[in-house]
Amino acid sequence: MVAEKQSKFKWGMAIDIDKCTGCQACVLACQAENNIPINTEDNFKDARGIEWIRVERYWEGEFPDVKAKFIPILCMHCDNAPCEPVCPVYASYHTVEGLNVQVYNRCVGTRYCANGCPYLVRFFNYWEPEWPESLQNQLNPDVTVRSRGIMEKCTMCIQRIRRGTRKAKRDNNEVMDGDISPACVQACPTEAMVFGNQKDPNSKINKMKNDKRSYTLLDHLKTNSNVWYLAKIDEDMDSHHEGGSH
Amino acid sequence: MQQRRQLDEKQINRELLNGNLQTPKWYYPVMGVLGIGVLIGFATILYMFNRGLGVTGLARPVYWGLFITTFVFWVGISHAGIMISAILRLTQAEWRRPVTRAAELLTVFSLLTALFFPLMHAGRPWRIAYWLIPYDWARGIWPNVRSPLFWDPIAIGTYLTGSTLFLFVALIPDLAILRDRTTGIKKTIYSMLALGWRGNPRQWQLQVVAGILLSALMLPIFVSVHSIVSWDFAVTPAVEGWHSTIFAPYFVIGAVHSGVSAVVTMMCLMRWLWKWNNYIRPEHFDALARLLIIVATAWLAFTFLELIFSLYGRDAPEIALRELQIFTWPWNLIFITFLLTGYVIPVGCWLFKSCRNNIAIMFWTSILVNVGMWLERFLIIVPGLARKQVFVYTWEGYWPSPVEWVILVWSFAWVSFLMLLFARFFPLVPLFEAKESQVFTTEMKVGRATVPMVIRE
Repeated sequence: MVAEKQSKFKWGMAIDIDKCTGCQACVLACQAENNIPINTEDNFKDARGIEWIRVERYWEGEFPDVKAKFIPILCMHCDNAPCEPVCPVYASYHTVEGLNVQVYNRCVGTRYCANGCPYLVRFFNYWEPEWPESLQNQLNPDVTVRSRGIMEKCTMCIQRIRRGTRKAKRDNNEVMDGDISPACVQACPTEAMVFGNQKDPNSKINKMKNDKRSYTLLDHLKTNSNVWYLAKIDEDMDSHHEGGSH
Repeated sequence: MQQRRQLDEKQINRELLNGNLQTPKWYYPVMGVLGIGVLIGFATILYMFNRGLGVTGLARPVYWGLFITTFVFWVGISHAGIMISAILRLTQAEWRRPVTRAAELLTVFSLLTALFFPLMHAGRPWRIAYWLIPYDWARGIWPNVRSPLFWDPIAIGTYLTGSTLFLFVALIPDLAILRDRTTGIKKTIYSMLALGWRGNPRQWQLQVVAGILLSALMLPIFVSVHSIVSWDFAVTPAVEGWHSTIFAPYFVIGAVHSGVSAVVTMMCLMRWLWKWNNYIRPEHFDALARLLIIVATAWLAFTFLELIFSLYGRDAPEIALRELQIFTWPWNLIFITFLLTGYVIPVGCWLFKSCRNNIAIMFWTSILVNVGMWLERFLIIVPGLARKQVFVYTWEGYWPSPVEWVILVWSFAWVSFLMLLFARFFPLVPLFEAKESQVFTTEMKVGRATVPMVIRE
């Protein structure tokens, strides 16, 4: 706890649902950045696809008055994460910078963390991962390829965070807001997703999380999530229904 | 009315050692069939290790399935031993005598089998040392003591150690009898195992004291083991069907229900295979069935309490889960089967004395109970995961793959194989207990009737 207080960073993300168009660019960027095996149709049919971030789509109303709502769901990096205490080998742990990460080498694959996670953002490698020949050279050298039998999950692109903080240290600079962005944030065409340091009082994410539209998912479980959502502005809806109307 | 048969010591020795001093005719064919089953099972497990857990039916969000169900099932069966040999010993129930060893043996072998399941359901079982061995490797990381999966091996390890000691202490006098009746290499092995037993009063005293001490020491384990297994589920707030405070007593009473039923099944088989009609008598089945009626009814009460607690909260995801569990195909069929086989049919039969004294009916009803108890664990684990929270967007069902079914069948073949292997070399009914009960029982005339009675120490 002391180390967490002394740390200069506490990473978090805010996602403005009102800006999300459901284009799936974040999903694609994440697959490419983090060496996630190709999700074929069969993978999805088996319910064994691996998507560190997914865009959930909700239809509302009947045709022709139909509306689609999108919500990108990734690991919430909870401060009080249900996946962490259940792991018998400490493979699922919390960094001092507020990230919930998976230590692949230590994981024995009990899948208990996945049962504990209410957001369903932890994924198990049922098979040894494979890529087609044409994509062999596409793999990101900064990210471990996970072998079969272990869990994997969103790391908020920890390789990018490390690169950013190291660069700032080397140049004797402070890490500025917007210097570091995970692949999903970088790829978002409408800038619906914002990544930043919650300990920086002027950061954009701090402004967003204090917005009156902001909420966290499954708040009643008191997981103290570090990903905030800004509710969709829907003129047809009553004003008091705003917020949490996902 | 209890029947009493006067048996002399020679007859007891001859009859109870008939499987040890010579091989029964059915023994090798049965062992051959079981052995093939065991080999197929191990081959399947190796195939699974080689290919990965993709060969199971597991898929998001049901990350635990048949393996964990079977793990809970075998740990439940293991409660037989402690119930029969520790609790009934401390409460001085005379009718426990012929079944203590078989029950204790079932405990040891079912625990050994249960241990396989969490290990083989792990993604990388070859790294299991990180989890099970609380030793500070050079990495400077100990296992996580907050995880119920770490409590499991400790609870089960303690239980296994205690039960093995218990089994061995009770075996010593019988080992000495075998030592005196064998020759050659067998005699050497039996005499090493018998630890120099001569049957003098001091040795008997020590043996009895050790037995009582071990039963008393194991009583806490009786409560703890299945409580801890239930906490694997109960401490998970994300899963609606698991996160329940009632789980610990609910699982313990369910374990006693299935464990004692398994003992009944085994007693029927022993009576049938070795013709021990003089030792395992209808009155023993009668007593066990009476005990089971109470245990089963208490367990049914917990089952309904769990449902009531979950519906009382009127929480939408929880109600959706119960709808899946009870009314949706194929879970509704499993639910009805579980209720009928776990309670309605067996307890309905046991209410009648003629059924309690009928060995065939006792055999089939006790098997039904364990079918029901396996289904109960399956019903708790799988639908709970399939509807754990609103964000479970893949509402996939789960059905075990052939590989998992083969491994389930393997576990039964494996336990039976080990039991029969033990029965070839050691007596399944304790000889000294049989003799002791002969000494302690006597007859007394009450009016015109002759009533058997027990002399207390």
